[in-house]
Amino acid sequence: MTAQRRVAITGAGTVNALAEGVPGTLAALAEGRVGIGPLEFVDVERLSIRIGGQVRGWSAEDRFSRAQIALFDRATQFAMTASAEAVAQSGLTLSDAEALRAGVIMGSAGGGYTTIDDAYRTVYPLGRNRVHPFTIPRLMHNAAAAHMAMAQGIKGPSFTVSTACASSNHAMGLAFQLIRSGAADVMLTGGAEATLCFGGIKAWEALRVLSPDGCRPFCATRNGLVQGEGAAVLVFEDWERARRRGADILAEVAGFAMTSDAADIVVPEADGAVRAMQGAMAQAGLAPGDVGYINAHGTGTAINDRTEAHAIRTQFGATLPLVSSTKSMHGHLLGATGALEALACILALRDGIIAPTAGHRVTDADCPVDCVPNESRRARVDAALSNAFAFGGMNACLAFKRA
Amino acid sequence: MGASSDTDQRVIAILAAQALHDPADLTRGTSIESLGIDSMGLAEILFAIEEEFDIAVPFNANTPEAGAIDLSTVGTVCDAVRRLVDGHPA
Repeated sequence: MTAQRRVAITGAGTVNALAEGVPGTLAALAEGRVGIGPLEFVDVERLSIRIGGQVRGWSAEDRFSRAQIALFDRATQFAMTASAEAVAQSGLTLSDAEALRAGVIMGSAGGGYTTIDDAYRTVYPLGRNRVHPFTIPRLMHNAAAAHMAMAQGIKGPSFTVSTACASSNHAMGLAFQLIRSGAADVMLTGGAEATLCFGGIKAWEALRVLSPDGCRPFCATRNGLVQGEGAAVLVFEDWERARRRGADILAEVAGFAMTSDAADIVVPEADGAVRAMQGAMAQAGLAPGDVGYINAHGTGTAINDRTEAHAIRTQFGATLPLVSSTKSMHGHLLGATGALEALACILALRDGIIAPTAGHRVTDADCPVDCVPNESRRARVDAALSNAFAFGGMNACLAFKRA
Repeated sequence: MGASSDTDQRVIAILAAQALHDPADLTRGTSIESLGIDSMGLAEILFAIEEEFDIAVPFNANTPEAGAIDLSTVGTVCDAVRRLVDGHPA
């Protein structure tokens, strides 16, 4: 068996409710700033839940051509902006031969959700008999990945993963495996999501798990999740290639594991979460005492946070790492959330700043972890985990190391 | 009591259908938990009740004890629905 290769993160880009761009996002995370606020879109007054982590003041016309806008759903627009930032920051250039060994793997839970919402509104309540001819290529889940590949001339393995709220962790994990195994040298990976529209919130409302007033993970007063939107894209690269070209290595991707609860379609089980963390740590060669930070799935629902806290206690015992959920600030980006949360891991590893869990009011004895309430903390972190536990009982955990 | 017993019967029909029980087996004292209804089942029941009576039932699955509505027994559900139908808080 040939030796497994190491994987470097050499670029990052994002658009989310906290900021456009990685520097602004990391600054907001370090400040503990909350980007959740009143939602603004058509028919919002017909919803009982009216808050979210919405990207404000987004003007597609200022960024893309008319032809591009016809093809780019809001999620694809976020992905393209994040991807351009990540590639520029990494200083990545690909020869014709290198392009064949580069790929794109994105995560998305909803695909072109606003495109679907708009098209249905057109034909049902508005009673029109035709929709835009590009409705299908706009709404398909792999649209963002396809446009990213086209923009960068990337010709290797490219696809989109859809595992609900674990989508982008699965995407990044697969990208990691492709490079680690030698099947690819460079991967653009992450997630994009834009489900903040009437249909997107209305469907979640019916599950009765959304909070009407804020996302407070691990807090005794928590009352549900708050949706966000945006994209985050990372450049994963063969470590030796990155080193040879003198790239700025933000962090190392060192382990990945995915598990299935095989139990319930919405209720999480601690066992699947424990096995995911165990697997990622084993691949990265990490013992419990080596992990300094966990970016939790931490949705702010009663059951997720309780189950996740117990899973962390089970896996780490007496050597508990710091745990925070940055969803308290940017909201739950569903299929893009793990990619954005990887940035919080980079902040911990590279800058020694643990982003807090914002909105915290009261300790919950049923969530026995140090969730870094409200204010960021300085800590030297050598290794970090990022958890994602999706509906469907599909769990994906990534292990990162300081470069 | 005619109108209210009609409301009760419609609520009981919804609960019984969700629990796969004969409506005649349900009494006011029957607990929802004893019917084997989980959180997903409860979400479906509330959806069915809202559709049946054209009302909005305030309920957050994260804070079932928060007191917006008492869903502990068949009787408390019937009472809450009757209050909502009459335009009062649950």
